Amino acid sequence: MNLLATLRIALKALRVNLLRSVLTMLGIIIGVAAVITMIAVGGGAQARIQDQIQSLGSNLMIIIPGSTTASGVRLGAGANQNLTEDDAIAIANEVPEVQVAAPSSRSSGQLIAANNNWATQIYGVTPDYLEARDWPLSAGRMFEPAEVAGSAKVVVIGQTVATQLFGDMDPLDQTIRVKNVPFAVIGVLATKGQSMMGTDQDDVIMVPLSTARNRLFGSSQGKLRRVGTIQVKVIEGASMQDAEEKIRALMRQRQRTQPGQDDAFTVRNLTEMLQAQEESSRVMALLLAAVASVSLLVGGIGIMNIMLVSVTERTREIGLRMAVGARASDILTQFLVEAITLSLIGGFVGIVLGVGGSYAIGAFAGWATQLSPQSIVLAVGFSAAIGIFFGFYPARKASQLLPIQALRYE
Amino acid sequence: MTQLIETRNLVKEYVMGTNHVFALRSVSIAIGAGEFVAIMGASGSGKSTFMNLLGCLDSPTSGEYLLAGQNVSALSGDQLAAIRNQRIGFVFQQFNLLPRTSAQDNVELPLLYSTVPAAERRQRAVARLTEVGLERRLDHHPAQLSGGQQQRVAIARALVNNPSLILADEPTGALDSRTSVEIMALLQKLNRQGMTIVVVTHEQDIASFAARIITFRDGRVVTDCANTPRDAQAQLADLEQLGAVA
Repeated sequence: MNLLATLRIALKALRVNLLRSVLTMLGIIIGVAAVITMIAVGGGAQARIQDQIQSLGSNLMIIIPGSTTASGVRLGAGANQNLTEDDAIAIANEVPEVQVAAPSSRSSGQLIAANNNWATQIYGVTPDYLEARDWPLSAGRMFEPAEVAGSAKVVVIGQTVATQLFGDMDPLDQTIRVKNVPFAVIGVLATKGQSMMGTDQDDVIMVPLSTARNRLFGSSQGKLRRVGTIQVKVIEGASMQDAEEKIRALMRQRQRTQPGQDDAFTVRNLTEMLQAQEESSRVMALLLAAVASVSLLVGGIGIMNIMLVSVTERTREIGLRMAVGARASDILTQFLVEAITLSLIGGFVGIVLGVGGSYAIGAFAGWATQLSPQSIVLAVGFSAAIGIFFGFYPARKASQLLPIQALRYE
Repeated sequence: MTQLIETRNLVKEYVMGTNHVFALRSVSIAIGAGEFVAIMGASGSGKSTFMNLLGCLDSPTSGEYLLAGQNVSALSGDQLAAIRNQRIGFVFQQFNLLPRTSAQDNVELPLLYSTVPAAERRQRAVARLTEVGLERRLDHHPAQLSGGQQQRVAIARALVNNPSLILADEPTGALDSRTSVEIMALLQKLNRQGMTIVVVTHEQDIASFAARIITFRDGRVVTDCANTPRDAQAQLADLEQLGAVA
């Protein structure tokens, strides 16, 4: 007896008890849909965190100054302005794992352009800064090293600033007065979005580090070349930990820190923090999927239950089939195919519902969801496996009936 | 005449707890091809057990059963299934048709378990249903057919694999007397075409349509004698006349 004929018999048997078949499938449908939706929600959360890692710049470390104590008063981290541009150059040159080390200083100030004004963050940076942050320009250009050396009055502005000051106008080659010093706009940064903490990363302007120091921030005249932070990008594939240790050793040496004395700076590995967050969201997604798969299991038991009822109910039919020549293996196949058909149809309906549900959650709850093809393959495989596993016992029971007893069964 | 069925000292013993019950005690019988045999006996006489053994639905405790010269008493379950499929057609008291399944699909059922292609299955099923006079009921479900029609579907099903033997277990037990005669007329017609038919019944009336009557009691054959069969077709004509007069 070929498989196609068996399949036709199975479909027919399922159609005869349509309501019961649908109710049985419901367990599998809900299970598969739940697994797919949960994996999609979990995948969406993960993707969002990955986006944040991307927006931060990958393999990024930030070196910030340590605290200082003045007359017994301990000031917070960053109070001691003890990092210099030379530290950044030394790190870039002496630590082989480092791709770029970009010094930057930050301040805030008022911008004026034509009849608009806007308060924003002002970053004094070198051209390397954008490479460290993986931050492309949407228009114009970044300033050149020569412009940094010459304290040129050029500025690259973030999207938010561009919108606030110029609206729909093209900001390139316009003039902005930063703290009343006129600057030429030479570039516009690409949109970066919110940071992990929710601040708008596009509400920023960047000027050459030297310009910031000499013309805007007005502190520590040139010679010490102090900077607020150093952003370090480690080469793709190199160990963040090795790089961190070497930077630490180098900085201790440069700052003449005695053995046993605490570091006068802090190295923050932001990527690691985000990776920990990603890991926890991955665990969460797995947990959700595990809970959802319990309903798949329950659905499978439902199939076994109904198949057992069906075998008992159709004992005479089994006896008749045996009397007209069905072998035990024919009966086994028939009931197994019935169970698998139930669970596969349930599985496919579940996929449709799961995919729909994922989109619905994305659209109505505003959660990021990401369907993964693997989860769909997994769900189909799982429902087929459930059909075989939970269908086998009833099918075997049917195939082991004795024809005369089955025929006389009332 | 070649012997289609030959049993030698067939014994069937059931063990119920510590009791041993002999359903058959040494039955030796030969039935030739083309015979029409009725097996009679009260309930518990062993006639149904004998029927199950003849139909290869059960295996004997001891003794031999030769079907067309082949010893089938020691075959495996799958081999017996093949013999039931190819050699034997069953007709049951309760018809045993698949519910909510058309007459044609019911008749095709035995062919599903052999290697007949779909087109030929359909064609053979239709031919057999035509033979039993149901060519206009192909798509009817059992629930839409009368008892006599259902039994005729069952006979078509029994014939569809061209068996060498038809085993009918109380084929008229669930039918009224007129329909019973109709069914017996159909079986007689098949017998005249050369089919070997064994009918198990406890009704003398029904047995009288057969050419040979074997009576069982307590697991043994007590009588085995030839019979001048009544003609069911003629009796039907009589009944019709009576009906017309009334």
